[in-house]
Amino acid sequence: MLKFLLRRLGVMALTMFVLSLVVFYFANLEPNLKKLAIFQTQTRASQQELDNWLERNGYRDNFFIRYGRWIGVVQQQPVMDPETHTIVPRFRYCDEPSVPAYNGVLQGNFGCSTAFKVKVQDKLPSALVATGILMFWVMITMVPTALLIGVLAGMREGSRLDRGLSILSITSTATPEYVSGIIFTVIFASWLKVLNGSAATATSEGISFYNFTLPVMTLAIYGVGYIARMTRASMAEVMSSQYIRTARLKGLSFGQVVMKHALRNALIAPFTVIMLQLPWLLTGVVVVEAIFRYQGFGFLLVSAASNNDIDLLLACGLVSVTLVLATQLISDIGYAWLNPRIRIS
Amino acid sequence: MTEPILEISNLHISFFTKIGEIPAVMDFSMKVMPGESMGLVGESGCGKSTVSLAIMRDLPGVGRITRGTIKFRGRDMAEMSTDELRQIRGSQIAMVYQEPMASLNPTMRIAELLMEVPIVHEKVSKQEARARALDMVKAVKLPDPERILNAYPHQLSGGQQQRIVIAMALLSKPALLLLDEPTTALDVTVEAGIVDLVKDLGHRFGTSMIFVSHNLGLIRETCDRITVMYSGEAVETGAVTDVFQHMRHPYTQGLFRSIALPGTNKFENPLVSIPGQLPLPHERPQGCNFGPRCSHFEKGRCDAADIPMLDVNPSTRHESRCLRIAEIDWSAAPERRAVQAAVTAGEPVLEIDHLQKHYQVSANEIFGRGERRTVKANEDISFTARAAETVAIVGESGCGKSTLAKVLLGLETASGGKVMLAGQEIEKTGVEQRDTATVASIQMVFQNPFDTLNPSHTVGSQIMRTLEMFGVGKTTEERRQRMLELLDLVKLPRAFERRMPRQLSGGQKQRIGVARAFAGHPRVVIADEPMSALDVSVQAAVTELLMDIQRSSRTTMVFISHDLSIVRYLSDRVVVMYLGYIVEQGTTDQIFEPPYHPYTEALLSAIPIADPRYTKRRVVLEGDIPSATNPPPGCPFQTRCPRKNQVPGTLCETELPPLRDLAAGHQIRCHLAQEILDAMGPVIVAASAETA
Amino acid sequence: MLQNVGVLGIILGVIARFWPVWLALGVLLTLSFLYRRKLGLYGHVINSGVGFAGVTICGFWIFTALLAPLVAPFGPLEQIAVMKHALPGSIEKVSGIPFYFGGDKLARDVFSRMVYGSRIVLAIAPAATAISLMVGSLLGLPAGFYGGRIDAFLSFISNLVLAFPVILLFYLLVTPGIMETAVPYVMAGFFFIFPILFFVALFYTGYSKQKNMLILLLGITALIGGWLYAGLVFDADPLGIVHIEPNELNIFVAVAFASSPGVFRIVRGLTMDIKTREYINAALTRGERPWYIMLWEILPNARGPLIVDTCLRIGYTTILLGTLGFFGLGMASESPDWGTAIKDGSQFLRLYVWPALVPAVALMSFVLGLNLLADALREQSLRD
Repeated sequence: MLKFLLRRLGVMALTMFVLSLVVFYFANLEPNLKKLAIFQTQTRASQQELDNWLERNGYRDNFFIRYGRWIGVVQQQPVMDPETHTIVPRFRYCDEPSVPAYNGVLQGNFGCSTAFKVKVQDKLPSALVATGILMFWVMITMVPTALLIGVLAGMREGSRLDRGLSILSITSTATPEYVSGIIFTVIFASWLKVLNGSAATATSEGISFYNFTLPVMTLAIYGVGYIARMTRASMAEVMSSQYIRTARLKGLSFGQVVMKHALRNALIAPFTVIMLQLPWLLTGVVVVEAIFRYQGFGFLLVSAASNNDIDLLLACGLVSVTLVLATQLISDIGYAWLNPRIRIS
Repeated sequence: MTEPILEISNLHISFFTKIGEIPAVMDFSMKVMPGESMGLVGESGCGKSTVSLAIMRDLPGVGRITRGTIKFRGRDMAEMSTDELRQIRGSQIAMVYQEPMASLNPTMRIAELLMEVPIVHEKVSKQEARARALDMVKAVKLPDPERILNAYPHQLSGGQQQRIVIAMALLSKPALLLLDEPTTALDVTVEAGIVDLVKDLGHRFGTSMIFVSHNLGLIRETCDRITVMYSGEAVETGAVTDVFQHMRHPYTQGLFRSIALPGTNKFENPLVSIPGQLPLPHERPQGCNFGPRCSHFEKGRCDAADIPMLDVNPSTRHESRCLRIAEIDWSAAPERRAVQAAVTAGEPVLEIDHLQKHYQVSANEIFGRGERRTVKANEDISFTARAAETVAIVGESGCGKSTLAKVLLGLETASGGKVMLAGQEIEKTGVEQRDTATVASIQMVFQNPFDTLNPSHTVGSQIMRTLEMFGVGKTTEERRQRMLELLDLVKLPRAFERRMPRQLSGGQKQRIGVARAFAGHPRVVIADEPMSALDVSVQAAVTELLMDIQRSSRTTMVFISHDLSIVRYLSDRVVVMYLGYIVEQGTTDQIFEPPYHPYTEALLSAIPIADPRYTKRRVVLEGDIPSATNPPPGCPFQTRCPRKNQVPGTLCETELPPLRDLAAGHQIRCHLAQEILDAMGPVIVAASAETA
Repeated sequence: MLQNVGVLGIILGVIARFWPVWLALGVLLTLSFLYRRKLGLYGHVINSGVGFAGVTICGFWIFTALLAPLVAPFGPLEQIAVMKHALPGSIEKVSGIPFYFGGDKLARDVFSRMVYGSRIVLAIAPAATAISLMVGSLLGLPAGFYGGRIDAFLSFISNLVLAFPVILLFYLLVTPGIMETAVPYVMAGFFFIFPILFFVALFYTGYSKQKNMLILLLGITALIGGWLYAGLVFDADPLGIVHIEPNELNIFVAVAFASSPGVFRIVRGLTMDIKTREYINAALTRGERPWYIMLWEILPNARGPLIVDTCLRIGYTTILLGTLGFFGLGMASESPDWGTAIKDGSQFLRLYVWPALVPAVALMSFVLGLNLLADALREQSLRD
């Protein structure tokens, strides 16, 4: 067990390394750097002045050295203004050390956000918490509903209940968040006027049924359909297996067969599916926070990308990748643990 | 007169599909008295499993009983409510299935599975239920019952799982036990143990049994009465002794004659296959279903109207569905083909010398230790096969016969030793490195005909591709001609060129497999249990085909099987393997006559024999075949050997026995002293000669 | 004040405008239904209720995309000032034809934009799916067949891409600035090679013993493949027919890149399963090379689940396209593609519902049709 964990953590670390390299590379592409320089110098600077600014602030150094600095394995050098010979930080609003020091991700410093003009670590945690609350409510709504629908549908494959629930599930897998968000807002906010079409108040006044239901529902819908379909397939397969026939011919009632025999086999596969939904939910979160103006992690990501905020973008990228890899690991371990054939060899 | 436990009268079952109504069982009647065991015999598609499902009232959704009644203990089951039926199931009627692993819930412990039965039916407490479960596990002769109770199904072997299923079925002392091919998925020696157990427990608890099987021999050895089914109908029923000695239906007789019984011999007394094919369910002929294939068929009479069951011997309740019972001369010898002259073997073609094959296996990644273990699949294998000779490799699962085949074919390379094929060393060359001639000269007929052909390509194109790969013919047209010739060779119509595999039956697909193997004029053909997935009546035909082709082309055949009766029928030499070692080898006569290796002795005793003219000496092995990753020290067979105590000291447990010569070409790997070997009596003995 | 045809007028008018589609659809469905017994898998699908619904919906959108100019009364970019934020059914004075679903914030006909938007979606989604199918198969087959290090390496790469959040991927890849770098062209070059490789491998392994046939087929592949490749990747088509806008190329590549790992996973799983069948053993014993076995023995038997996955994947690709459009990435901002239209419409969603609702429902219906079709296919292929 320990060996497996260590090996998986090793692969995870390698994946993180490669992915962070990729994110770093794309974020620091030439056009982006140019835009950053233009923004920072603020006057109509010539090409030469832009290059100077970039060079002075260390953006022209070797790629891997820059990467190393960002991660925190290479020391950051304070920026020296060649004319005044004083230390001039890159950005006014976030303090950088005046002596060479390790000041990267590993030390907890994610850099400076040009879009919000604060240090990244001032913005990131609160956004993560806000999104975390949203995700929590989504999971609570989504998982039990989906499992229930899937079990009921797969219990008696081909029955009318199954057909009805299947059509419902298929329909909901056809509604990505930007579609369901629009439709729900139209129905509940514009026509029926029972719910608030914007969740902006959630951050300021706190969460209520009125302002939080629409975002949660929008995010949950797509996942419910997909998880329900997978659960149904797993349930149907289990119900047609020989050991269920054995249970039935032992004289157990249908309810007993489902509850005691079928469920514990049928729910193994959906567990992995639920865990692996997270990367998709991340996309959904971005869409939902945009539509409902909720200032969470997704909102942060979009702001970073559209405003060419390199440091913030890098931080968001790193956080997303970590989350996804962590859920993959949990999913693998969980699946192996739930399945006695693997747990006890 | 006591009341029958189960009485089925004129049962008709049909399946209602999109195409229409397909009758599966017609006019089926059966009576089982208390304490009696009834055998239900038939080939695939005859309806025997449908009948057993109907008794349990568990027909699939599209199946329905259209006519007739099933009475359990005098009560018509159609009148029972769902609740009553549920109560009966598991407590008064119980069932044992074909595949034990699939029948046990993989996420529940054995104790839970067993305890459910008394808890649900008799509402006992958990402690009481567990005590009963423990007793039952002991009753089915499983060692270490506490450990078994706490285990999950996948931790038990196949034989142990089946014993648990039997325990589960017998826990509430049912009146009737249904067994649907309970031993088909198990090894022969394990099967013998299960069969013994079932008989013993049946007598002990007084349970009536319905034993469904395709194996006539098994039924003869375990049951009191027998019903033979063909294409949905019962064609003959009666007491086992009566039916087997006085067969009164052409199908029963045909079945009997197509089995490789101890007296048959490929040269002098060959098998007689039943001509024709099983009719499709919606294409059954008018009148007698067996008519088109029957040699006593009388046009105008046998196909006029439906034939009822007619009495043969009312006192023993022997009935048959044949109009000509009194007219046919049942003791007449069947039409046989001309007796074939014996073929003399030629030069050695395949020489295997101290072959060794070891595998590296890594254990479970997540929860196992993660160490690499070595599986010693083949150890010190040496034998020779000559042209036109058939050498049989006999053994059960884990003996290494499949690995041997893979090494010969080049799918694996040997870890040590030598293999010479027509003078060329091939043990270290994988199939990718072999030249076309070598590849074509050693080919295989595979075990599972349903999987041996690629379902996405036509039959003709697959044979032609084989010809391409063997370099036969220079143009596409030449190859096509050769392909058509091959179809002729295996007695299939040329129109099959354009058919897809799913349109062929199992027997037909196996014939294509044979055609493919012989396409490149091979020197050696390895046949890996080619008949085991086929029906009995088809087996005889395919066996004959294989023999014919081999005879005319003088090919060497390596015949891998666990079925000693067919081995005796068609092989010249036999090699018996156990856990990677050769334990005995010699000519067929030498192997089947004493002296035996104790394992051979047990194997011979385990084969069910359908011929009442022969009796067997019972040798039943305890326990299961050890795992190949963890072989026992010393002699591989010592954990189960019934003659271990005849060897002084602990020799069997410490030292691997050397290979000894008993006679010319007869070798044995055993510590037993010569006197004991000489004193062994034969296992299969001919009894009184009475005609069948 | 604009005149209005009323609710009934809208409903009847819309139905009437689709007349070429109804005609084509009617012919297709009638013919399919009549000949369903002879049409194999497709016939079975048509026979089931779910399949029939799926074919109808997908057929509807395919014909709409093909016949768009006949169906839509106005152009997708046509602006008629007075119709800005017009109510559904308002009649445009000059032509006398109403804006059936109203006008959007830039005074364009929502209905026409929906119709023309289908063209974009139905051009890109299936093509991108086809590319990812080739990539995924060509990489999934050896991963499943060989196992070991090859599998470990390819699975690692596939997991890399899967672990990367799609939205982040799009924001990094599909920006206007990226066209200045070589990245999109390198990626396009990499992806578009796969179909060529696929056919080359297919013909080479299958006809290795028939030299003449082999040379002919390889020649055709090189010719057509090379021509398409030059035109799409380098924009160097000598005949000038094959051309794609740089930003469209970018979108194409991004979407194909995002869906390839899914195909890889499925093909790898299927290969590992089919590899254990006996006919694969039979092929090995007669000396077949691994790539022959992968392409000619394994792949044809994987077609059932693959077809089902393809249908679902086209739906997934459509959703991805919509996501790109919703964030304003890739497509020109005036493009009628559904994602962009939803983004435009959601700006004033509280007040004017229709500009966002119409493309949203259109997108949903198309994906629904694909999902229904996939479901019916799955049921039927299991029965085979």
